[in-house]
Amino acid sequence: MLNFSVFVGQRMASKVVYSPRDPMLKKRDDFEDVLEERRRSSDLRYALRCYTPVLYKGLTPCKASELKTMVLGSDQLHYVVNQVSRESGVSVDEVQAEASVILEEMAQRLQLSTIRFFAFTLSKVFKAMFRSICVNEEGLQRLQQVIQEHPVVLLPSHRSYMDFLLMSYILYTYDLPLPVIAAGMDFMGMKVVGEMLRMSGAFFIRRSFGGDKLYWAVFSEYVKTMLRNGFAPLEFFLEGTRSRTAKSLTPKLGLLNIAMDPFLKGEVFDVSLVPVSISYERVLEETLYARELLGVPKPKESTSGLFKARRVLSEDYGSIHVYFGPPVSVRSLAEGRVNRSQFSLVPRHIPMRPSEDVHGFVNDAAYRLVRAQEDNMVLKPWVLLASLLLQNQAAGKNQGVPLGELIQQAVWLRDLCRQFGAFLHWPDHVPPSEVVSSSLSLHSGLVRVSEDRVFLALEQGPPCSLTAEEELLSQAVVVLSCASYRNQVLHVFLRPALLASAIHTASSSQKQDVYNNFLFLRNMFSNEFILCPGAAVQDFEEACYLLTKSGALHVNQHEVLATERGHRTLAFLTGVLDPFLQGYQLVCRFLCEDATEALTERRFVPAVREFIIKHLLKGRLRYPEVLSSDLQRNALAALLRLGAVQKVQGGEEPGALKVNRVMVNSLEDTLGGRLSTQKALRAHL
Amino acid sequence: MASSSCGGGSDRQMAAQHRLSIIAGHLQRPSGSNTAILAAECKAQASKPFVSSERRTVPRRRQEIMKWNGWGYSDSKFVYNKKGQAEFTGRRYKLSGMIIPGLKDWMENTFGATLQHKTTATPALNSSAVPPPTLNEAFMEELKSTGIPFSADAEDRVFRAHGHCLHEIFALREGKIGRVPDMVVWPNCHNDVVKIVELACKHNVCLIPYGGGTSVSSALECPPEESRSIVSLDTSQMNRILWIDEKNLTAHVEAGIIGQDLENLLNESGYCTGHEPDSMEFSSLGGWVATRASGMKKNIYGNIEDLVIHIKMVTPQGVIEKSCQGPRMSTGPDIHHFIMGSEGTLGVITEVTMKIRPVPEYQKYGSVVFPNFEQGVACLREVARQRCAPASIRLMDNEQFKFGHALKPQVSSIFTSFLDGLKKFYITKFKGFDPNRLCVATLLFEGDREKVLQHEKQVYDIAAKFGGLAAGEDNGQRGYMLTFVIAYLRDLGMDYYVIGESFETSVPWDRVLDICRNVKARIVYECKDKGVQFPPLSTCRVTQTYDAGACVYFYFAFNYRGLGDPVHVYEQVEHAAREEILANGGSLSHHHGVGKLRKEWMRETVSSVGMGMLQSVKDYVDPKNIFGSRNLL
Repeated sequence: MLNFSVFVGQRMASKVVYSPRDPMLKKRDDFEDVLEERRRSSDLRYALRCYTPVLYKGLTPCKASELKTMVLGSDQLHYVVNQVSRESGVSVDEVQAEASVILEEMAQRLQLSTIRFFAFTLSKVFKAMFRSICVNEEGLQRLQQVIQEHPVVLLPSHRSYMDFLLMSYILYTYDLPLPVIAAGMDFMGMKVVGEMLRMSGAFFIRRSFGGDKLYWAVFSEYVKTMLRNGFAPLEFFLEGTRSRTAKSLTPKLGLLNIAMDPFLKGEVFDVSLVPVSISYERVLEETLYARELLGVPKPKESTSGLFKARRVLSEDYGSIHVYFGPPVSVRSLAEGRVNRSQFSLVPRHIPMRPSEDVHGFVNDAAYRLVRAQEDNMVLKPWVLLASLLLQNQAAGKNQGVPLGELIQQAVWLRDLCRQFGAFLHWPDHVPPSEVVSSSLSLHSGLVRVSEDRVFLALEQGPPCSLTAEEELLSQAVVVLSCASYRNQVLHVFLRPALLASAIHTASSSQKQDVYNNFLFLRNMFSNEFILCPGAAVQDFEEACYLLTKSGALHVNQHEVLATERGHRTLAFLTGVLDPFLQGYQLVCRFLCEDATEALTERRFVPAVREFIIKHLLKGRLRYPEVLSSDLQRNALAALLRLGAVQKVQGGEEPGALKVNRVMVNSLEDTLGGRLSTQKALRAHL
Repeated sequence: MASSSCGGGSDRQMAAQHRLSIIAGHLQRPSGSNTAILAAECKAQASKPFVSSERRTVPRRRQEIMKWNGWGYSDSKFVYNKKGQAEFTGRRYKLSGMIIPGLKDWMENTFGATLQHKTTATPALNSSAVPPPTLNEAFMEELKSTGIPFSADAEDRVFRAHGHCLHEIFALREGKIGRVPDMVVWPNCHNDVVKIVELACKHNVCLIPYGGGTSVSSALECPPEESRSIVSLDTSQMNRILWIDEKNLTAHVEAGIIGQDLENLLNESGYCTGHEPDSMEFSSLGGWVATRASGMKKNIYGNIEDLVIHIKMVTPQGVIEKSCQGPRMSTGPDIHHFIMGSEGTLGVITEVTMKIRPVPEYQKYGSVVFPNFEQGVACLREVARQRCAPASIRLMDNEQFKFGHALKPQVSSIFTSFLDGLKKFYITKFKGFDPNRLCVATLLFEGDREKVLQHEKQVYDIAAKFGGLAAGEDNGQRGYMLTFVIAYLRDLGMDYYVIGESFETSVPWDRVLDICRNVKARIVYECKDKGVQFPPLSTCRVTQTYDAGACVYFYFAFNYRGLGDPVHVYEQVEHAAREEILANGGSLSHHHGVGKLRKEWMRETVSSVGMGMLQSVKDYVDPKNIFGSRNLL
């Protein structure tokens, strides 16, 4: 950490010139509602219409079954099959047969008839559930162009099971080739649905296959073959799994690595990556996620479970916005970053661990793409209301906010948001009071309005029947659900909020002091939020720029000063980050006070949860959202990364944790602003 | 051949005398020149006045027969005649005097280059535009006393200031002259060179050896930062075959001889070297050695490194040569490999002993049409695997196939054109080849008649397995003929706003298709990116096969109308294309060399240690950087 700070200090001294573009000038496309047409014409005719998608110019036409033959006959696979056979002593034929079984379990069987079936049924379902499904047609036109030029990888954000059905539905609607989709094996549990998904282009991968060389070889070769031949656009989720918090997750690199490989090894001229941002006004899995985060295990995916979900059909889920971002060329990303001639010295069919520079490159690219997803996520007025209501709640206003005040706050926040370049869909032709009340009514499960006061719907049932802990948990479900909406807007406020908190805890207004604090917080929270590695200076400059522009700060050569009128903005921003700051401190305190020798990774979450519940019940903590296991895990990951906690290798219990109490303690103090970052850094030496 | 190294055994001398009398017969020199040959010593030493040998192609004053701002002979060029048809002038080539009806349309369709848009080159060299020479008086005085001819004439100097890179020719056409040599000197023999190099060292003069002037690596460009007097050492007058050894099948030749003269002279004695680079009309033996040249028929005869038995080079440290002519030696790293590819940075190659072969009894051209490039490459790979490559086998891509088609001369009879139509029908309609995908391989077989026919069958059988159809001798022959005239075509292009160039690489077999696709696509991409208004021609061919890979040649040209600085754009695109080649596992060069054009990639190509090794050789051999062309390192 010290090194890090010194390094950045130097960069600051040499005055890195970074001039952020004014985010308000960001140009974004307009939306069209695809359901509008569906409401006017026959779904059956739509499902049976002539479908002639544009194709990749270098396409080698082949059937899904021929793909399998190609994969099984590839040099890549032969090499690994022989290797596995040599190492395990199993005959080559048997290993090859095993590979064949793996492929059989994995492969998609894309069929137009299934797609037509989905086109029909989904039309019905979507019309029942959603007011509109809006897509940016210009994005689809760009996609159409690029599909003809290069193999395409679609990278949607992942917030719901709906995501990939929705993607295929839209592509079908716009006469674009249907993607093949990397899906988790858990879907296979649903027998009929699993097969249906397979026939609509999904291929299934095991959740973990760490050491299984053969599995990896079959899998990666299968993906690469589809990509090289331009069989169909490849679709997968960079975040790896659905985000339960609506915050973007740290990107997983495995599939992206595979998708970039054909370019890096010169097998294709370029690969186009298309980030897609899908935002739901109301997420289907809303309370399901909250329960999961609170430790109620998630129900296993099963077909019958899905049918039980039928009642969701009668509810109003508002609208969906799908934004197809500008395609990103892997070639231009790699320009000057990766020396591709490094692949010249080993035959390309021999699997190699990616070199450090390739790994760094893929990692940076992944972060950039997730940022691009965040950037084009449409924000509804409700996410602002959720942010405000949570802050009011934490401030102890249990009796709610007067509606008028909430409207006034919301308008203020709307303007701030716009100044920060957020993709906010606030209907300007409608009076703010109507915007607010219609948002509140859509989310009536989370928020109540009575006597012109607005408050979170914390009292669910007759209070007497529950224990204090049960009551707390049921309140937490509502708070966490709300937080998941607030989280949608976090990426807009994140950098200014880090700066605001840094100023709040800094010992002086010296730029260097503030920067050190900023750096500390940024480093601390880099498992929690999407913060591009190595972009600390840029983030700092961006935060300074935004806050100066909004009039909250005055930044000169040496000092960072809050202005008189900036108080409200800074207070709001520190409030945004406060639950996380408190949460991390509490996790630290748990590790210092309560953690026993027997603490393991597996036991960590239940133990820390118990600790937090105690604190909440005693009223020492104002934020029930700290109960989120996501936050707790991220905090632990940060501490592991910083070396404050270590995994004990080869202990009697797997994943045993060893806590460096001095370090954890000083981190806690620094988070709480009781210790300057400089001292903290020294202590860590 | 009073070789200074081989103490002069009398047997050897006698044998040499015998050999020389035979050669003298072969060479049919004008009477009186016998003594000149016999003078195993130098003509100049014998203080004989220099006699220009009429049999040789290149005179001291190159301007007498060659263009000053374009390729080749002054009398040979493509022009549009009054009817607006393309025509090739002169009488030197098979194509000379013929109308090429398809060329105009091809130029229009490929480049958007029309007759209306013409550029005119500066018609003649303006001597006043040539910077005055920086002469080293002391050097000149002493040189004068040796009797070696030299000149500081502007034309002579400009002729030796460039090779044939696009930017070099483009500048000449615009009448722009940069740094040129200050003087040209024409040694007649090895000993002349020894004297010149000694004097250059003594007076600290920079020497740049000049052979045929066909460099495409900026190797002949004078470093602008060079402040010393630059002397171009033109080897063109060192052009004799000194002896032929029929027992060992070798010939000892002065290094200034140009390719066509060497072949013609050897042919008269019934021999050939078989080394036929595309530039062989003008390039010199010394140049081949200095750049590690490769010939079209290397499959039978080998590349220059396989052909050379013995090399003599004059360096600032003295003369380097081996003491014997053993066919292979284990005596540490081969010193020949310091010389081959040294690109004029270490010294002047003066004499070379080369392998020779009897002229083959029978030659046969051939061609095969493939449905697509992938199949064609697969066929070449199989031919290489079975090690049955004919003397030459080349695979052109579809664009080049069409280009070759456009260069078909007007057919004389209706019958031939009917036959052509029939062939086309057969291939595209009957066999279902897509005219926009098919590609063609040209073949050249050489050897005993019987073996050639057998060989031919073997190759066609392999081709058939990859969907190849034999497409006749004519197509094949025309393919090879085009090799020699294509360089003239660039001059025509430049008259109509089209600039272009070729470049090459070598690459392992498994990457051939990838590199071809990616480099071609990169060229198109970069042209678009750099604002080129018309789609470029971006095409390739596989020109050589090896056990472990192939040599690939790229042609790239575009219409530059609307561009402010076309040469800069061109250079950016070529640079990008080279980056793409390296990124795809291709080499920096298969046979063009590095020169100054590709220097920037040398370190990554041979590693820092490798560079250090080369540099230390340079530092030892030429500490004062007398050979200051600054190529390679």
